[in-house]
Amino acid sequence: METANGVFDSEEQQHAAIQRLSYAFELQRRDFLKVIGGGVLVCLAVKNAVTQESGHIHHGASDEDLLQSIAAWLHVSEDGTVTVFTGKVEVGQNIRTSLGQQVAEELRVPLSSVQLTMADTELTPFDMGTFGSRTTPIMGRQLRTVAVAARNLLIDMAAQQLHTDRNTLLATYGKITDPKSNRTISYGEITKGQQLTRVIGDDPAETPTSNWHIAGASTPKVDAHAFVTGQHKYTPDVVRPGMLYGKVLRPPAFHAKLVYLNGSDAKKISGVKVVRDGEFVGVVAHDEYTATKAAQALRAKWDWPPQLRDSQLFDHLRSKSEQGSGEHNLHVTGDVQKAFAAANKTLTKTYTVAYIAHSPLEPRAAVAEWSSDKLTVWTGTQRPFGVQEELAEAFRIPKPKVRVIVPDTGAAYGGKHMGDATVEAARLAKAAGVPVKLIWTREEEFTWAYFRPAGVIDIKAGATSEGKISAWEFHNYNSGPAGIGTPYEIPNQHIQFHPADSPLRQGSYRGLAATANQFVRESAMDELAHELALDPLEFRLKNLTDTRLRAVFEAAATKFGWGREKSSPMRGFGVAGGVEKGGYVGTCAEVEITTRRDVRILRVVEAFECGAIVNPNGLRNQIEGSIVQAIGGALFEAVHFDNGRILNPHFARYRVPRFSDTPQIEVEMLDRKDLPSAGAGETPIVGLAPAIGNAIFAATGIRLRSLPMIPQGLPQSENVP
Amino acid sequence: MAIPLLVNGTEHRVDASSDEAVLTVLRDRLGLTGTKYGCGEGQCGACTVLLDGKPVRSCRLPLGTAIQKKITTIEGLAQGDRLHPVQEAFLRAEAFQCGYCTSGMIMSAVALLDKNPRPSSQEIVQHMNGNICRCGTYPRIVAAIRDAASGKR
Repeated sequence: METANGVFDSEEQQHAAIQRLSYAFELQRRDFLKVIGGGVLVCLAVKNAVTQESGHIHHGASDEDLLQSIAAWLHVSEDGTVTVFTGKVEVGQNIRTSLGQQVAEELRVPLSSVQLTMADTELTPFDMGTFGSRTTPIMGRQLRTVAVAARNLLIDMAAQQLHTDRNTLLATYGKITDPKSNRTISYGEITKGQQLTRVIGDDPAETPTSNWHIAGASTPKVDAHAFVTGQHKYTPDVVRPGMLYGKVLRPPAFHAKLVYLNGSDAKKISGVKVVRDGEFVGVVAHDEYTATKAAQALRAKWDWPPQLRDSQLFDHLRSKSEQGSGEHNLHVTGDVQKAFAAANKTLTKTYTVAYIAHSPLEPRAAVAEWSSDKLTVWTGTQRPFGVQEELAEAFRIPKPKVRVIVPDTGAAYGGKHMGDATVEAARLAKAAGVPVKLIWTREEEFTWAYFRPAGVIDIKAGATSEGKISAWEFHNYNSGPAGIGTPYEIPNQHIQFHPADSPLRQGSYRGLAATANQFVRESAMDELAHELALDPLEFRLKNLTDTRLRAVFEAAATKFGWGREKSSPMRGFGVAGGVEKGGYVGTCAEVEITTRRDVRILRVVEAFECGAIVNPNGLRNQIEGSIVQAIGGALFEAVHFDNGRILNPHFARYRVPRFSDTPQIEVEMLDRKDLPSAGAGETPIVGLAPAIGNAIFAATGIRLRSLPMIPQGLPQSENVP
Repeated sequence: MAIPLLVNGTEHRVDASSDEAVLTVLRDRLGLTGTKYGCGEGQCGACTVLLDGKPVRSCRLPLGTAIQKKITTIEGLAQGDRLHPVQEAFLRAEAFQCGYCTSGMIMSAVALLDKNPRPSSQEIVQHMNGNICRCGTYPRIVAAIRDAASGKR
């Protein structure tokens, strides 16, 4: 099925399948709804949260359906405090602030009186997960809707209490005023002694974005103080009474089988318990230091099958791929073969992308606690309800017996979809009979988490001598279908994603495959422009009618001063851009080729447009951060492996961007108040790699077709995969 | 055998092995969880604390070597309700996203400004280069440090 911005169905669904994402939806009307206390509770019901998440909103559901399908709820207490309940998680993308702003806006209350209860399977409505840049366009809209409904309800109640016509009343700053009589009543007063629950359907009567006051304005992170003082409690900081510390024995290679285990030395250490359950082996101890010593004292032997090394990867992906894959992975318009035969210029190239690691600074961690048959787990995950499902399955208990609580987390970048650490901690806690904390080491994080998929991409393009692209054939092996389409006007297209056998565990990553696919498309556009002796920006605009994408290209080019200076052997200028998940990005970059044949990024200008901006400074932070993070995958990040082992599972050997890698960054945000807000945590990452590659080519004439481009400095010639 | 440890002006006696890392002593034995584990290899700076005013990686610092030295952690920076100027500057610049690196960043920055109250941008980058922010807020952190430095003049 084709979607508006990409060619194929969302890549999340693909990963969802790989990772056993559950679509079961069993939200009950919980006791919670009855016991929340005095005040007004407004629940937003949609037909079901799964279809809601994919953007199709249905009307006319039955009452029973409504109760089964509450997407968000909001409570106004007798003291006027507003509490919003959402299953979304905060991982640094700053939605605790931006969602709060939207509720404050619609409820007409100061942001300081809004609190968000997030990502607690016992307290918040079901949510599929925080990924795919869906929080702003979907949850933001849902929370605005529920806030509008709550405001309307409060106005109705005030009209009744003031014996006046509701249409004369004004809601501002947590109060309702009757301008005629000049009487004012606060939300707290209105709700005093009430215990009202109202379930509403989807109601779109929102405040137009052009009238926003709280939303749309730069707002500091709501709990920033806790982060600069070290007071915020991440999962690794959670402490429970009687808690022990766990460590898991890791095999020396993937797919290894345990053939021998001797735990006697470990057991001799005071307070240590060794836990074995099938292939799973772990230890618990009174402190981390002892747990680590005990794990090192375990004597184990393993057998494992021979496995690939990274130098064989790309041949493997191509040969172990689906050739005639289903229609859902194929997009065809016109006739590419005919068009290639008629083209004046053609280009046939292969590009590759390495596996990379998310390496969020907070490693995967969990605290697990059993009380009788109920399991409570604290963990940093993007899918609290998915992890709940994973735990219920692992321990064969009903889902309502599992509570997953997600403290605001030390980042994820698409890497925290799975609950591995929670299952391990819960297994250890079950054996220990007390709560257990498990924090993965950095080496475990680099080895046992999953990676951004590697891939091989073949591109063939044809153009007329006037510089119009006539044919586009694009095959992506394994890396993924996100962003695989082209925004350019091309009459003949064959675009195909080929799933393949991945030798390493792989999954989501910020931007998914859009980084790879847009790197290849925008590099190939540059190659074509060069063949046609056209300016790369002019060539793009000549083939582009999408006004929003044109606008970001033009904004970036103007701010950058595109064309003001010509590239030289020591200095290159590059441009790239694209559309993904409703966001439009245009990026210009300037690089310096150093005398030691290294590449230094001097300056990056990025224009970004995602509809109406909710929090300008928050958005700017996301765009700047995306650019910095993108430098790693573009220039030097790559996971190396051989025979089931990761060869560089340390920051000393896996190079991530540091202060010294950071260029001058200039961001231009186009605020389209006339358009709905799209998510913005991911798409700003896709423009950098091709802009840098194109700038390197402009300086040196060397076209780099592999990500990362310069893991060992600038090569002497093209790095042909 | 209890080991004496001076943290944020308070003397503690810690019942731990002298080769245990100061990081876990602070976090798990003293409840000072503002200092973070990021890599355990001294490569990311999330665990940075001050040892007699100098920035050190507490994940690689054996407890035994910290005896009779003054340890300062993120919890020890503010004077009552008054935040340290570097903390204030981080707030003004919103120099964080997920915030997990922030404690280590602030401790490294405090150490820099104590030694060099007016660092150039290049000196800031050089001093801070051992601290990783995966969210990529480096430009804001540099701006925050410059801001804090200008306030000190």
